[in-house]
Amino acid sequence: MNLRAVKAIYMFEMMRTWRTLSQSIMAPVISTILYFIVFGAAIGSRIQEVDGISYGSFIVPGLIMLSVLTQSIANASFGIYFPRFIGTIYEILSAPITYYEIVLGFVGAAATKSIILGLIILATAGLFVPLEIAHPVWMMLFLVLTSVTFSMLGFIIGIWADNFEKLQVVPLLVVTPLAFLGGSFYSVSMLPPAWQTVTMFNPIVYLISGFRWSFFEVADVSVEISLAMIALFLGLCLGIIWWIFKTGYRLRS
Amino acid sequence: MSTIIEIKDLTKVYADGFEALKGINLEIRRGEIFALLGPNGAGKTTLIGIICGIINATGGKVTVNGLDVQRDYLKTRSVIGYVPQELTTETFESVLDTVSYSRGLFGKKPDLAYLEKVLRALSLWDRKDNTIMTLSGGMKRRVLIAKALSHQPDILFLDEPTAGVDVELRKEMWQVVRDLRDSGVTVILTTHYIEEAEEMADRVGVINHGQLVLVEDKRDLMLKLGSKQLTLELHKSIKRIPKTLQRDGLALAENGAKLVYTYDTQGNRTGITALLNDLNKEGMKFRDLSTSQTSLEEIFVKLVEDRK
Repeated sequence: MNLRAVKAIYMFEMMRTWRTLSQSIMAPVISTILYFIVFGAAIGSRIQEVDGISYGSFIVPGLIMLSVLTQSIANASFGIYFPRFIGTIYEILSAPITYYEIVLGFVGAAATKSIILGLIILATAGLFVPLEIAHPVWMMLFLVLTSVTFSMLGFIIGIWADNFEKLQVVPLLVVTPLAFLGGSFYSVSMLPPAWQTVTMFNPIVYLISGFRWSFFEVADVSVEISLAMIALFLGLCLGIIWWIFKTGYRLRS
Repeated sequence: MSTIIEIKDLTKVYADGFEALKGINLEIRRGEIFALLGPNGAGKTTLIGIICGIINATGGKVTVNGLDVQRDYLKTRSVIGYVPQELTTETFESVLDTVSYSRGLFGKKPDLAYLEKVLRALSLWDRKDNTIMTLSGGMKRRVLIAKALSHQPDILFLDEPTAGVDVELRKEMWQVVRDLRDSGVTVILTTHYIEEAEEMADRVGVINHGQLVLVEDKRDLMLKLGSKQLTLELHKSIKRIPKTLQRDGLALAENGAKLVYTYDTQGNRTGITALLNDLNKEGMKFRDLSTSQTSLEEIFVKLVEDRK
């Protein structure tokens, strides 16, 4: 295994993060703080407890997930799209690297950023609301798996996109609405029965539910199903990436 | 000289149906400078792209050091450095960072001393901490070469290395390439500057419409296809060539001030001695004489024209 190549790509991507620190880390943290102020303090004070948890604390896992999902996609998609756009991808294609080493470098870096971001938001939330994490190991597992899976999705989008608009379409028009409707700010049980059924088709429900369970031991669906859904999604992304490199889709003519 | 790259029946048809390569057969020898000449769209970049792993071949086979570039791509790519035609560099990174990154990509352990040597050879060491976007076009071209050399390749591909580069820099680059060859690196360059091939190459391949029109030792090629011209500057202008002097290849030029004799360098008899003898008999004196040879450019244009 060409570990030096993986490290080169990984460090290259991480350096990009440090260079754009305000955009990569500060912006999501500030927007999360705004959510806390608006939802937690202004609206939350008028909402009663959800599943026995104060509303302010209840929304923390959902807010972290919201940022992790969108930032994973944004980071990973930009990471691979930009070299394609400016042409420097030639070097990666001509280097003695296997496709999984390329993926490991790019997805590893994007996921690392997301995990760091998630933990910063968690720490920030701790300043506003009382927080207890019932299952820290599970919490980290969900955080890591979600970061990796959505970074892979971002990687796929970055290869599929042939302009900057397409790069934004999936995160803005698909993932953000699904995250908002996936129980970031409410428990699925608060919805009318018909909408509860519809909601179950939203894959992000399972991610947020599992993540929230690791905090409060309260979940919309069982934690095993949540885990299985992430595994399924991870497998799907891996399959697509394998196909991309096998066929050279949008990489090699 | 042993073969380092072997190309057999290589074809490439792009998705839009364009047939870029129509059965290329070529052997590159270890340690040579091989110039691939051809007009735009002839298939030069496609051919290089396939060897380097950037483009998938449609048919045929390419081996590097006897290893298949598809099956053993990890091994073949690790000995190849590639400098693309476009100035596709990173933007915000520093020169040293981008070169170190390239070395890492090729799996080589960090070696600052070597990178310093490469950057110094390319007059980039003073700029090592500059971000790439602040560099001029010529400097970016050097960065690309430094990146390709960062992992100490045995084979270097230069796709139009001096396109858009000023004369001085071009000469510097030629020197860099010669030094590389002297250090044992095999260099394959594409160009449509004939001057470049003439100046540097050991062998020349001409590609046109996806086919190799010829592959020859540069000197042989110029000898084979080259005719020479002997120009005699006459002491006194003449109106027409005297009957005793008339022969194939002899013509008057510059209103009778010069006699130009075109002869075949490969012929058994060039006819020069006879011509000079006859001039003497006629009592014609000449002030000066010079010879000139067909340039590679003329040969090239002739070849490409012939095959149209």
